[in-house]
Amino acid sequence: MEILLQDKKAFAYTAAHALEAGKPSVVFIHGAGLDHSSFALQSRYFGYHGWNVLALDLPGHGRSEGPPLATIAAMADWVVEVLDQLNIEKAVLVGHSMGSLIALDAAARHAQRVEKIALVAVAYPMKVTEPFLDAARRNDLAAFDMHTIWGHAAQVPLGGNPNPGMWMYGDNLARLRRLAPGVLHSDLKASNDFVLSGTVQCPVLFILGKRDVMTPPRAAQVLLEKLSNSKVEIAELSGHGLMGEAPDATLDALVAFLRR
Amino acid sequence: MAGPKYPGFDTLALHAGQSPDPATGSRAVPIYQTTSYVFRDTEHAASLFNMERAGHVYSRISNPTVAVLEERMAALEGGVGAIATASGQAALHLAVATLMGAGSHIVASGSLYGGSHNLLAYTLKRFGIDTTFVLPKPENFRKAIRDDTRLLFGETLGNPGLDVLDIPAVSAIAHAAKLPLLVDATFTTPYLMKPFDLGADLLYHSATKFLGGHGTAIGGVLVDSGRFDWEASGKFETLTAPYSGFHNMDFEEESGTRAFLLRARREGLRDFGACMAPMTAFQILQGIETLHLRMPRHVENTRKVVAFLKNNSFVDRVIYPELPEHPDHELARKLLPLGCGAVFSFEIKGGRAAGKRFIESLRVFSHLANVGDAKSLVIHPATTTHYRMSDEDLKKAGITAGTVRLSVGLEDAQDLIDDLDRSLKAAAKA
Repeated sequence: MEILLQDKKAFAYTAAHALEAGKPSVVFIHGAGLDHSSFALQSRYFGYHGWNVLALDLPGHGRSEGPPLATIAAMADWVVEVLDQLNIEKAVLVGHSMGSLIALDAAARHAQRVEKIALVAVAYPMKVTEPFLDAARRNDLAAFDMHTIWGHAAQVPLGGNPNPGMWMYGDNLARLRRLAPGVLHSDLKASNDFVLSGTVQCPVLFILGKRDVMTPPRAAQVLLEKLSNSKVEIAELSGHGLMGEAPDATLDALVAFLRR
Repeated sequence: MAGPKYPGFDTLALHAGQSPDPATGSRAVPIYQTTSYVFRDTEHAASLFNMERAGHVYSRISNPTVAVLEERMAALEGGVGAIATASGQAALHLAVATLMGAGSHIVASGSLYGGSHNLLAYTLKRFGIDTTFVLPKPENFRKAIRDDTRLLFGETLGNPGLDVLDIPAVSAIAHAAKLPLLVDATFTTPYLMKPFDLGADLLYHSATKFLGGHGTAIGGVLVDSGRFDWEASGKFETLTAPYSGFHNMDFEEESGTRAFLLRARREGLRDFGACMAPMTAFQILQGIETLHLRMPRHVENTRKVVAFLKNNSFVDRVIYPELPEHPDHELARKLLPLGCGAVFSFEIKGGRAAGKRFIESLRVFSHLANVGDAKSLVIHPATTTHYRMSDEDLKKAGITAGTVRLSVGLEDAQDLIDDLDRSLKAAAKA
């Protein structure tokens, strides 16, 4: 569905269902440089299992008009504006990588609007290496390569994709190539600069990939210690791209966490 | 700090798409000779059918062995994914049927494999899809585009005159008109050319040819670059409007980069059913594992054979883009630096009778309707692969009564030259 926010067109995938007032709502928030289709399987599942689904394209990504928002706080506020616009009082937020920081920030500063958060491939702080930031700043294609290769477990280019016939590297690169110049750098910088303010009281699920080289499980430790009401699911064979690399494990963890 | 590195072509050719079988540890790709897959429970079944979980339901739609081939080809071509089909012709049909219906138009190179020409000129016309054939020069494509055009199409190396498709120029024309460019990359394989890097949006192979290389299995593979913006084009309702045949799915909304393959698999394989058999996928994978070793040898042998024929007094003309007199020589140097493949034509002196005697005198070259085998092959296009074409279309495709097409294999090059030498001498007496 398309919505108008701050005079700009924004897109939210709803799994071909109209929103219904009586249903619980879950919002999926993608990572740096990507779009709503990162959560294609998982968002579709919830859309067909009694949930209002909003898999968002953040400003400047996918079908949503730009420019990108420069800080995690601005993105979290934007997500809450989406909820306002659609008269959704409270929602579960599921974020991947940068999206997990957005969910985290929204839960800290808009606690009354957030029921639970699921943080997929999260690290805190989410420090981005200088070569990666620099390549993205220069809109150098090397940044897309770093995003793609570090964004998946090492066996991905040599292993089988759970999604038959698809090449995960190719899909990641194709999505990055659609970005306007500067968007990836803006996202990476926002992630790198994010500092959590406030506390998170709602239930939190961490879904981490044991083979994640971008946000390895140990990089979530600081956050785990901060968030007492949390649980962790580890996907043994997955890297950073959990929704594609370990789609069933990710979905099963979300289904259990969101069970009402 | 050194940046991360992608696996090289040779490594991908051997590994992409398959990790050792988790159930058995099998290093080789297992042949999953099964039609269907047991569901964990009814909920799991429903989720697979509705694309909420990844996995296999029925081997017409997907199969684990076939999926290895698909992923490997997507990796080698730099695409988002691929669909393996029953033949190269099925891949072309799947591409067209996914993009358009009756009332649509294609601009195609006139230098096409005869089977592709038949499909476009006669069969698809019966289903309301019209094709304009052009000499494969960029400007001709531009001039032939109409309001109802939905696709530009050509072969990376045209059949049989080896016109080199100027993919950068033709794709720029296609994209300016908000249209995709589809190429048949059979003759070049991903080893000699990467069409997506040059601007093509979709490509397919007759996997029967160099990919398999052994002449034992018929198959095709259709690969999507994921780069064409179907939504922005506004010309592809099959991908951008709700499809009542699959839960009102808007494929582009589902995923911009995967929309084409989603529809091709969920509709095209489901309804037309031209899927690849797992045994075929296994055989073609065996070929791909040595593609990077075979293609340089194919090219090396071809260069030796071309050099021999070029200096032979019984030969009128050799048509190979690496020769300076070929009209696309400069373009070939630019787009095909590793070589122009192993299929080429020459014109024998003495016309049809000499051609007949020549072919019947060959002992190492096999006279048959195929190319891209490890064994050397020969055919006379005017009486076989292109026999349905009118004289005018034959002329457009650069074929005469004396044209002989060779597919140079991996034998000892001197044995091939000796075979040709002896047969040309026999033909001269015809």
